[in-house]
Amino acid sequence: MTGHPAEARVGETLLSYEMPVERGKVREFALATGSADPAYQADDAVVPPTFLTASAFWEPTDGPSLVERLGVDLPRVLHGGQEYSFPGELPRVGDELAVDVTIESVTVKEGKRGGSMTFLVVLTTFRRGSHDGPVVAEGRSTVIERSAG
Amino acid sequence: MTVPSELAAGAVLPARTLPPQTRTDIVRYQGASGDFNPVHHDDDFARSGGMPGAFSVGMLQAGLLATYCTDLFGATAVRRFAVRFAEQVWPGDVLTCAGVVREVRDEAGARVAELDLAISRADGGVAVSGTATVRLED
Repeated sequence: MTGHPAEARVGETLLSYEMPVERGKVREFALATGSADPAYQADDAVVPPTFLTASAFWEPTDGPSLVERLGVDLPRVLHGGQEYSFPGELPRVGDELAVDVTIESVTVKEGKRGGSMTFLVVLTTFRRGSHDGPVVAEGRSTVIERSAG
Repeated sequence: MTVPSELAAGAVLPARTLPPQTRTDIVRYQGASGDFNPVHHDDDFARSGGMPGAFSVGMLQAGLLATYCTDLFGATAVRRFAVRFAEQVWPGDVLTCAGVVREVRDEAGARVAELDLAISRADGGVAVSGTATVRLED
């Protein structure tokens, strides 16, 4: 037990929404990350490896934000790491992705200079077509919250 | 930029040094990704949080490192890509992408390589380190 409020919500779906993969967005993202690969210009382009970070555009704008749902205090929060994995065919332009966000784990590590850090792994699952469809990508974001004071 | 023909554990990938990162590069990435945190483009806002000024987006370095991989191995090769954020990057920084092959194996009939990756600042250390799993072309 960590005592962190997020721990009680592990496994619960915090956000659920749809994300269409759009040609212009893929091209824009590829250029912004220094890629001139024509594979990202096609009308059925695959997505670049970190493209799904742009799913933030499709988060619901009503209701609490993801930060509020995680129960973390933003000024004490760092983005420690990010992973994307693609178990099958890569997402492509034209795909309708169904997105579900959960907390995968909450762990606490004691700091060397006193205080502690809470590590939240936030899992974002992307399925093709519907929320029951095949998983085409998983995103894991490591969110680090320093202890107060 | 091409991959060494005999790819085996320990092979060093050709390094890539990028032009100095500009504020425009940062703003373009913020627009593309949807992360509009003002600490990355508003000096006054960044200073109010105790930073010397606006600094780059960690996920931009992740994206540049991902492009390094897709340029080497192809747009459909990357099956897993993971990064850890280490040092801030500042406007004007010159960044270099580098990588080493940790392992090559057969997996479900395909050759797969595990890579250790880093994007580093010319005036500092590693900004973002990472690992990737890439499927190799036959």
